[in-house]
Amino acid sequence: MSIETNETFRPKIVAFCCNWCSYAGADLAGSSRLVYPADVKIIRVPCSCRVNPMFILRAFEKGADGVILCGCHPGDCHYSTGNYYARRRMTLLFSMLDFIGVENGRTRVEWVSAAEGVKFSQTMNEFVEKIYSLGKNVRLEDLRCRKN
Amino acid sequence: MQEELVKRAKELLADGTVARVLGWKAGDLPYNPEPAYFENEEQLEDFVYNGFCGANLSKYMIEASKLEGKTLVFLKPCDTYSFNQLIKEHRVDREKAFIIGVGCKGKLSVENIKKQGIKGIESISGAEMTDDAETLTIQTIYGEKTCTYASAMLGRCHVCKGKEHQVYDELIGESKDTKDADRFDEVRKIEAMSPEERFAFFKKELSKCIRCNACRNVCPACSCRKCVFDSTKFDSAQKANVDSFEEKMFHIIRAFHVAGRCTDCGECSRVCPQGIPLHLFNRKFIKDIDEFYGEYQAGADTDSRAPLTNFTFDDVEPGIVGERG
Amino acid sequence: MQRIGVFVCHCGSNIAATVDVKKVVEMAKLEPGVVHAEDYQYMCSEAGQAKIDAAIKEKGLTGLVVCSCSPRMHETTFRKAAERAGLNPYMVEVANIREHCSWIHKDMEEATKKAVILMRAAVAKVNLDAPLQPGESLVTKRALVIGGGIAGIQTALDIADAGYEVDIVEKEPSIGGRMSQLDKTFPTLDCSACILTPKMVEAAAHDKITIYTYSEVEKVSGFVGDFTVDIRKKARSVDMDKCTGCGVCQEKCPSKKTPSEFNRGLNTRSAIYTPFAQAIPNVPVIDREHCIKFKTGKCGVCSKVCQAGAIDYDQKDEIITQKYGAIVVATGFDVIKLDKYDEYAYNQSPDVITSLELERIMNAAGPTKGHLERMSDHKPPKKMVFVQCVGSRCADARGKSYCSKICCMYTAKHAMLIRDKYPDVDVTVFYIDVRTPGKNFDEFYRRAVEEYGVHYIKGQVGKVAPQPNGQLLVQASDLLDNKQILMEADMVVLAAAIEPNPDVRRIATMLTASIDTNNFLTEAHPKLRPVESPTAGVFLSGVCQGPKDIPETVSQAGAAAVKAIGLLAKDKLMTNPCTAKSDELLCNGCSMCANVCPYGAITYIEKEVNDHGIREVRRIAQVNNALCQGCGACTVTCPSGAMDLQGFSNRQIIAEVDAICR
Repeated sequence: MSIETNETFRPKIVAFCCNWCSYAGADLAGSSRLVYPADVKIIRVPCSCRVNPMFILRAFEKGADGVILCGCHPGDCHYSTGNYYARRRMTLLFSMLDFIGVENGRTRVEWVSAAEGVKFSQTMNEFVEKIYSLGKNVRLEDLRCRKN
Repeated sequence: MQEELVKRAKELLADGTVARVLGWKAGDLPYNPEPAYFENEEQLEDFVYNGFCGANLSKYMIEASKLEGKTLVFLKPCDTYSFNQLIKEHRVDREKAFIIGVGCKGKLSVENIKKQGIKGIESISGAEMTDDAETLTIQTIYGEKTCTYASAMLGRCHVCKGKEHQVYDELIGESKDTKDADRFDEVRKIEAMSPEERFAFFKKELSKCIRCNACRNVCPACSCRKCVFDSTKFDSAQKANVDSFEEKMFHIIRAFHVAGRCTDCGECSRVCPQGIPLHLFNRKFIKDIDEFYGEYQAGADTDSRAPLTNFTFDDVEPGIVGERG
Repeated sequence: MQRIGVFVCHCGSNIAATVDVKKVVEMAKLEPGVVHAEDYQYMCSEAGQAKIDAAIKEKGLTGLVVCSCSPRMHETTFRKAAERAGLNPYMVEVANIREHCSWIHKDMEEATKKAVILMRAAVAKVNLDAPLQPGESLVTKRALVIGGGIAGIQTALDIADAGYEVDIVEKEPSIGGRMSQLDKTFPTLDCSACILTPKMVEAAAHDKITIYTYSEVEKVSGFVGDFTVDIRKKARSVDMDKCTGCGVCQEKCPSKKTPSEFNRGLNTRSAIYTPFAQAIPNVPVIDREHCIKFKTGKCGVCSKVCQAGAIDYDQKDEIITQKYGAIVVATGFDVIKLDKYDEYAYNQSPDVITSLELERIMNAAGPTKGHLERMSDHKPPKKMVFVQCVGSRCADARGKSYCSKICCMYTAKHAMLIRDKYPDVDVTVFYIDVRTPGKNFDEFYRRAVEEYGVHYIKGQVGKVAPQPNGQLLVQASDLLDNKQILMEADMVVLAAAIEPNPDVRRIATMLTASIDTNNFLTEAHPKLRPVESPTAGVFLSGVCQGPKDIPETVSQAGAAAVKAIGLLAKDKLMTNPCTAKSDELLCNGCSMCANVCPYGAITYIEKEVNDHGIREVRRIAQVNNALCQGCGACTVTCPSGAMDLQGFSNRQIIAEVDAICR
């Protein structure tokens, strides 16, 4: 049974965006004034293939409630093949997190092009909503010997 | 078979084909032989090869490859997958190894004997590789006990990859395919649980971890000169538990790093002093790789592209994890 | 410890209206390493940049954070400002508090909180920044053009005219490519040979152009500005210096049963042959597979009749190794094989032909000397049916999903030429859509319909069935009239889809240039960089990049040439310093990073290292900075963390993550 508190839950959400498509897509969302919640903070990486599973686990470790990775659409990678590798890595990582019982809605990959400001904003709105519905991340933050 | 191995080892040492022998020697208990180098006939007196020689010697060949001359190494069928994988990753020198593929009819775990209530073990017969004993006879301080060979086998032997050696120079002894279970049954069982049950299961298991690094040290795929968890490259060098997330991060990342490279030799679970079923992580990745990208057995060859360094244009999207339910 | 300056831009009211910039400045002062923080109306203005300059000099700053618009907008501006003040430009980070913050949030408190967090992440990153120096590499002032069709010829001519050496490598015995097989060209009906041959001659005569025919690229190594290429010059068995091109050998050659590749197998050629009369070079080759001398050892007729003594049966393949600064791929196309289209009876009836075969039949130098006739009985046809989109715009796996682009126009051309020359021939075209975008294209198609009376029927042909009387029964549907059609025809011409030359796969692999699912080479950007490959120094000319007609091919060839010239005109190239770097003490030498590198930038060397007193020779990864584009694929593949990306290092990204989650 959850404990009612006065403090409302505000999630911490890390979004890794590739420099060439998704970061530009986020810029377009900005210049188009397409609102999404301020809970999302973007980290710029050259390519989705730069994102190490360590970064994602690190974010959860430090208290993130959701992590999303955005890259160029498959076939459009600035470095031709980066997002294909990212796709495999993230599929396996997410599957593993699911396997150990972490809610799979906390992680997401979305392909967003530089022209898809609307998609970027929509994706972020959806993702934040999902994280709100999942609540605070407790499983990844602490797996070990919690007294409850 | 032990005598045959020793005889051949002596010949190869004598004629200068090899400079040393990498095998197993008797430990201080009847069921814990340990990996050892032998450089002359005299030392070979201590050589043993029996049902408890589960240790995979492939990884030792990384260091042995740097030594002068060839090293004679004994590899069981499943060990040869690890050796092949190390060849592929340029970690061992095939030219520096003289491989004798040894026969194997399943390796034993003393834990599985103890689990049957057999305690105070003094000696065990039937574990020698000389005959096809179906039964182990165990002398204990409480008298003689017996159990079947199969019931004492390591978990990995029940999902044996087969009796064929993947790489060798010579073969000695007969092997037996001891598979009597499906490799992914355990994984499927967990997958079938609810997320809460899965979480509870892994929380319970991983809570036991003492970060002794035995799994890492024994793993033939975990052969980095320096582990990321020991370097400053990721600010993840804490050896002590500064926070409770450590074990999880360590085991997920370790499994991820060996994904597509792990031959499923099962050494991690064999050596874990806390009895954590660590192979489940690896096997989950193997199962996913097989399902998503086609069947792949690491170490079955030395030139194919590993699944994580490969792709197809129409690979599944990460969203499949949620869709699968 | 760094000495960091934080500059918060108001961007007029763009940022300041939603973000409390003073608060961000105040919070910045509390961050580790920050020794200076201020805000200003427009940081990108002269005055704003002057503030950066002053602070660097006065406070001895070692790093900068500018909280402003997107780094995609002004990162370069601020880096240059830092550089002018004597700071390494890579010590600058931009916190995007406009596009990612002030513009999308309405609540000032929330936006300010977020801006502070973004500022902190940038400060955390700068704290771990290291000065980076762009490298330099020399440019070899010579270009290689792979493929000697119209695309390759045009590119080579343009590069050569700019004063650079160019080599053309063509696998066939002559340059000319597909265009040399065409009879007339749309929409002007110029004779193809009349406009192509002068270009071929010009290329051959150009003192800056070297043509290697009957040759293939065997190996490519190196990188932009400095490629090394092995070219295999296949044994021609004819001495190119001695041969006068008299043609006697071809006349006398007793082996005359080989299907002519140039005439698409409609007639045969001798074993010693030039593909066509205007071939350049006009030196025949011996097709050793079909030559009696090579098969049985007995013959040697050509050698006996050659007065120049040019025949050399002992000639061997020769490997030429040459350095290039730029490589242009112009490998062109072929029409697809029609084996899987039994419904059109292509393999059953010689009177069902492809459009390219029709080109040869219509050509005065072709197998029928330009007379339109059926290949089965050499009678002139009275009724002809053209089938469009055979394998193009095809949903199933037999064909191609794309539109081959040229078929509508050449079919209109064929129909018009036939009606012009043989007014009694009835011509029907079955089409899905008629696509005629292009200058004077639609007018051309209208003429075919209106002036020349070509019947266009919207609908697909379902079946072509050869009849015992030699006629072809065509079963089709008329979608506009919604009825089934059964008609007899004397000839059926299939507009087979075009596909990239199959060799392109091998070449793309050698060049580490990427290809799409249809084997077309991928552009660096589909709109803004259409003639560049993502692999630096590799350019795309002609149909190897996508279906196009001759005018488009020629303009793209020119564009590719300009890009190549732009590269060759430089003496040195500055390389992006944000490249991967391997820590040799941590590297396992496992080769996994090299497997994922799209640029072939990682090689392995055996090197003696000193690992805390242990000296040993190890296999370690080395990154070629001129090749590495900094994607970071290798860094994640590396289990030990030996491979890291400068400017986006593991520790930096983790520091950003930590700052955000703090």
